[in-house]
Amino acid sequence: MQQLLQGEPCPDQAVNGLMPHLLHQLHAIQQQYRYIPTQQSKQVSETLQLPLAQIESVIDFYSFFTRTPRGQYTLLFSNCTSCGDLALMRELCQLLKVEQGITRTDGLVSIDETSCIGMCDHGASLLINDRVIAHLDSTRLKQIAEYIESKTPLDQWSPELFSINTQIYKKGLLLEQPLEQGSALTAAFKLGSDALIQTLKQSGLRGRGGAGFTTGMKWEFCRQAQGAQHYVVCNADEGEPGTFKDRILLTDHAHELFEGMTVAAYALGAQQGYLYLRGEYRYLVPHIQQVLTERRQQQLLGQNILGQQGFTFDIELVVGAGAYICGEESALLESLEQKRGVPRIRPPFPVTHGYLGQPTVVNNVETFVAAAHIVSKGANWFKAHGTEQSAGSKLLSISGDCTKAGIYEYAFGVTVQQVLDDCGASDAQAVQVGGPSGTLVHRKDFGRQLAFEDLATGGSIMIYGQQRDLLKVVRNFTHFFAHESCGFCTPCRVGTPLLRKYLDKIEAGHGTAYDREEMARLAKLVKKRSHCGLGQTAANPILDLLEHFPHVCEQRLLHQEYEPFFNLDAALETTRQLSHRDDAEAHLA
Amino acid sequence: MMTNKVRVATTSLAGCFGCHMSFLDMDERLVGLLEHVEFDRSPLTDIKHCQPCDIGLVEGGLCNAENVHVLREFRNNCKILIAVGACAINGGVPAMRNHYEVQECLQEAYLNGVGVDNPMIPSDPELPLLLSKVHPLHEVVRVDYYLPGCPPSGDAFYAILSDLLAGREPSLSKTMLHYD
Repeated sequence: MQQLLQGEPCPDQAVNGLMPHLLHQLHAIQQQYRYIPTQQSKQVSETLQLPLAQIESVIDFYSFFTRTPRGQYTLLFSNCTSCGDLALMRELCQLLKVEQGITRTDGLVSIDETSCIGMCDHGASLLINDRVIAHLDSTRLKQIAEYIESKTPLDQWSPELFSINTQIYKKGLLLEQPLEQGSALTAAFKLGSDALIQTLKQSGLRGRGGAGFTTGMKWEFCRQAQGAQHYVVCNADEGEPGTFKDRILLTDHAHELFEGMTVAAYALGAQQGYLYLRGEYRYLVPHIQQVLTERRQQQLLGQNILGQQGFTFDIELVVGAGAYICGEESALLESLEQKRGVPRIRPPFPVTHGYLGQPTVVNNVETFVAAAHIVSKGANWFKAHGTEQSAGSKLLSISGDCTKAGIYEYAFGVTVQQVLDDCGASDAQAVQVGGPSGTLVHRKDFGRQLAFEDLATGGSIMIYGQQRDLLKVVRNFTHFFAHESCGFCTPCRVGTPLLRKYLDKIEAGHGTAYDREEMARLAKLVKKRSHCGLGQTAANPILDLLEHFPHVCEQRLLHQEYEPFFNLDAALETTRQLSHRDDAEAHLA
Repeated sequence: MMTNKVRVATTSLAGCFGCHMSFLDMDERLVGLLEHVEFDRSPLTDIKHCQPCDIGLVEGGLCNAENVHVLREFRNNCKILIAVGACAINGGVPAMRNHYEVQECLQEAYLNGVGVDNPMIPSDPELPLLLSKVHPLHEVVRVDYYLPGCPPSGDAFYAILSDLLAGREPSLSKTMLHYD
């Protein structure tokens, strides 16, 4: 990292055209060997001048890196309620005669599951060696199996398999009228950085990642903070299950995103920006690199941008490796600093102590796009839309049980019911607003508004029709959090797997009222005592289910005082066999 | 002899008796406690089986069939059952074997280990069979209260018993839950 900052070339400069970074090095090794051999870890340790322990802790932290070989074809099925179908995964396992999570003995293929890959509008999907195949069905699985068995290189697979075509069903403020390249920057230069920040504040723009901090204030705090360097970081680690709107912005509006980041750099006096892209979207890297190259050619990035003397700014791309927690801004910064993505203790906040301890603005993709539009079109243009406390519009990623899954842009304040009517969801019993960490909304509350002051959302809207088993949905979310917990604090590290255990027990029909009460008690504890947003929201699905859909849990319960967590007699089977015993004392009723 | 004293039973399952040692750290307060409490089944009395009791204190987790029988006896006889210490609550040190298969553990101890003479896995019916994994108490019976610590301090024992004797909902102060 030091080498990079000083502008010196790093020995292993080009890894897929990306900057030298531990995550990129490890990814290249994982690609080559299908795992990270210890010998390679040692080499990386020397090349990047990082301790071996740090390399190994990073390997173990990110789910896309392994220490044992995966298959030449590594398939990861999404297990999200919208873009996942594990029955299809099992089907493919059978076709290829491979067990989930265990590489086939010939080393050709391995199949496993992974958290939501952001293809929720495309039905069941998977990642295969960093590429996405969506719209999975039995026919496609057979096709995939044949390609794999015949060892056909991915480049020679039918391109149709990899096509991703997201529907934008409703355009609003941002999507309706694309911004002319450079127009926001020209406007920014005219305003000057003080007036620019004032404009943002007046516009009422709040962070689009979900937390909703006022963007103008964030930029102002950062600008005021003393530091050798200021940094602009874009959070494109869109990991909340059910969210895919940043994928569309990165695909179709990357120029506007980079323009927004450059405007921020101008306001803060920053020279370096980073786009942190989730590993699941690696297939977008060539496109994003292309856009960055274009902008450099057009003098929209680089030295003396658009002839503005002394304004120098560039953006590097850093690609994650499968860790939901890196969407939390301080965890993202840790990851950017080539470490495990463990959330920092805040305060100090990134605006004063961010990337490399320097003042840093971290904003969501959509926030930067909106900022570019606002600087170009003015605060009033933006503020005229939305509600008093939630100005402007919001991109929604809509998926689940509806006829028109895709992207919708609404002014803030729209009701859940309106959204459901527009996307063809006539029989919804519940809607998960804001992803698993958000709110499970009962149909009696469909009149509620999407806005920071009512139902806040980073953009994920998952719809569940009458035929859906909500307990399975909540169980899916609970498993997700237990899997994604970073392990730093005990309430979350221990609490989320315990919640998973209780919910599994209840779902399997072995739970009692006692288990439900214990689970509720634990859920409140995890929510109250966890270190970061992950743990603080991990129990929301369970608490919402118990509050708004009590019958869903109730009807699964056994009507008895207690039921053990496991079959006691079966737990003695191994030792019965080893000791050749079958007497009465060798059994438990 | 009938008394109006509160009957308390204690036992150690897959534990180290450290919690019981800590129980004795109540020191002279034990004398006062005995004004109100009578011990039933406990290592302190050597009574072998529980009569109906008010409070059961169980140290240790469950590693074998006998542990399960004893725990069930406590649950059936004690109005209030308290899981005492890290092993009873989480499995604790004995649960470190959960990272291995029970078969591996027995092979290491009785077949392949250093200095094993006449290697064989014991099969005497007198010996309780090991469960495949070590479990905390609440996975096999309902537990009313948890007294954390490794071991819980004498003060913590005194606090929970005093609360229960006074008919209060037990509550431990922050200092009693702070372990470093």
